[in-house]
Amino acid sequence: MQSIAVLLAVGVVAFSLFRYVGDPINAMVGQDTSMEERAELRTKLGLNDPAPIQFLNFIGNAMRGKFGLSYRTSEPVGRLILERVPATLELSFCAAMFVLLVGVPMGVYTGLYPKHWSSRSLQAVSLIGISLPPFLIGILLILVFAVMLHWLPSFGRGQTVQIGWWTTNFLTWSGLKALILPAITLGVFQLTLIMRLVRSEMLEVMRTDYIKFARARGLTNRAINFGHALKNTLVPVITVAGLQLGSLIAFAVVTETVFAWPGVGQLFIQSVQFSDIPVMAAYLMLIGLFFVLVNLIVDLLYFVVDPRLRSQGGTARVAGH
Amino acid sequence: MAVISNNPPLLEVKNLRVEFPTRRGTLLAVDDVSFDIAPGEVLGVVGESGAGKSLTGNAIIGLLEPPGRVAGGEIRLEGRRIDNLPYEEMRKIRGARIGAIFQDPLTSLNPLYSVGRQLVETIQTHLPLSAAEARTRALDLLKEVGIPGAETRIDHYPHQFSGGMRQRVVIALALCAGPRLIVADEPTTALDVSIQAQIIALLKKLCREHGTAVMLVTHDMGVIAETADRVAVMYAGRIAEIGPVRDVVKHAKHPYTKGLMGSIPSLGVRTERLTQIDGAMPRLTEIPKGCAFNPRCTERGARCLVERPSLMPAGTSRASCWLHDRGGVGAPILKETVDA
Repeated sequence: MQSIAVLLAVGVVAFSLFRYVGDPINAMVGQDTSMEERAELRTKLGLNDPAPIQFLNFIGNAMRGKFGLSYRTSEPVGRLILERVPATLELSFCAAMFVLLVGVPMGVYTGLYPKHWSSRSLQAVSLIGISLPPFLIGILLILVFAVMLHWLPSFGRGQTVQIGWWTTNFLTWSGLKALILPAITLGVFQLTLIMRLVRSEMLEVMRTDYIKFARARGLTNRAINFGHALKNTLVPVITVAGLQLGSLIAFAVVTETVFAWPGVGQLFIQSVQFSDIPVMAAYLMLIGLFFVLVNLIVDLLYFVVDPRLRSQGGTARVAGH
Repeated sequence: MAVISNNPPLLEVKNLRVEFPTRRGTLLAVDDVSFDIAPGEVLGVVGESGAGKSLTGNAIIGLLEPPGRVAGGEIRLEGRRIDNLPYEEMRKIRGARIGAIFQDPLTSLNPLYSVGRQLVETIQTHLPLSAAEARTRALDLLKEVGIPGAETRIDHYPHQFSGGMRQRVVIALALCAGPRLIVADEPTTALDVSIQAQIIALLKKLCREHGTAVMLVTHDMGVIAETADRVAVMYAGRIAEIGPVRDVVKHAKHPYTKGLMGSIPSLGVRTERLTQIDGAMPRLTEIPKGCAFNPRCTERGARCLVERPSLMPAGTSRASCWLHDRGGVGAPILKETVDA
């Protein structure tokens, strides 16, 4: 229910773009078009209908994946976006993997040995990661790994393989190499966040009675640290990781611009320059949809991790005897 | 229990000192504590909060929370010294030879694992059993600690159990690898009064059946009187008195123990007021010279202000009080001289 409300709200914002960002007719027709022709076009496009009717039409079409024609290329917006979505999703997915596979172990390590010098230096480095803006990190990475070392490409997706309508980077060597720098650039900020979150959660959990009791039972450190402790840090980590995945997709805009990555973010930037409102509106709706989907998955994951949410009537017995 | 004390002790604690280094100097939280526990014996340890009872227990299971550390003395289990073992060696003893029960059953269990999983995990850590055998053992233990419907309850999560039932699970966890000693740190404090007696009776019954010795840390003299064979009374990090429970309860030798016993209401006797011990236990930073109890003691003498007594025979018990030394407490002190 909540998800639908969120999507509707995003729909209102996307729709208001049409209403307030200039008159689309002016952009579509030439200077010598007569007033009658303009009025006719207006009626044909449904622009004379009252706003609520227009809104309902917009939502109805959006639900069927129809966002109209791009003002810039006169192609259907749906197809334009669909062509670009795989690039962005693959980039965000790689960045998310990078964040989780590096950030969580780093957080666990710094949480277990908070006083060790390596934890302290990781903490310090992570501060740098938080304070540097992604585009700067991207440019620095390009400078070092592409310009100076010539190890990795500085722009584009490399060679891609077409599977149905989906184009993938994962199957070619150059495609994989092209992914590395953008994924790191996109992930660094989130990486430091996840690391710090896992660290503070670990510190918290290690102080609890059940960890002390697990030690008193003589369980191995491995079982305690990665079983009992890590699992208990997961609920907040999943919450934040879900939000982060959403923002990875949304903030791919900057990274895609820096690396000339042909994803929806880049498409969005181009559309902004051309006031290509249908594309912008569709992009907004798409990002909204991703956020809602990710949060839905997060909510479902809670149930997998925490048995207290699963059982019916279980909470009522907690205080009783 | 004269019969038991002839056997070699299961646990020997000798001159144990536990220190806490702090910014304002090192605090001596447990100071020169010595006692034995015989196989199958229940030793009660009583005292006010901060007397060092829990720390002594934690030192024995090797889980003092840093920066606390064992600064002196030794702890032997079945003749083997265990206070200086490396972490991994001590880990193998914990759970297998020494079990532990903590105060709050609501927080002792991991909320995300079923009780069966926690039992099986502990059993398999210490015993060479297959998963199926470990589960059978877990089930037997749950039945033994009196969990009704153990077959279904084994797959339930801690939040589905009441406090009393959870403490039963905790006891099952402490017993599951067949330890020789259980350190029970205030096992009933967090429970309803009506449940406390059940849990204590259960603990006592199981330990008798398994021949497990218990170090029962509590501040509840009633629990001690019912359960323990011997009792150690701790005050400000030291043992004030130790002896057979009957003698300590009925014929306390240390003025502090007398005060403690006087503060317990009894149903049979009508009393106008319960006796109370004036003042409070000194903070670890402010332990007075001489006997730590001297500012609150009604029977003190001049010697108590300067010389610290250690445990000495006092009837059937032993007490650290100059009253039981041939030299006595020394000259009586007038109130004025102390204030001046």
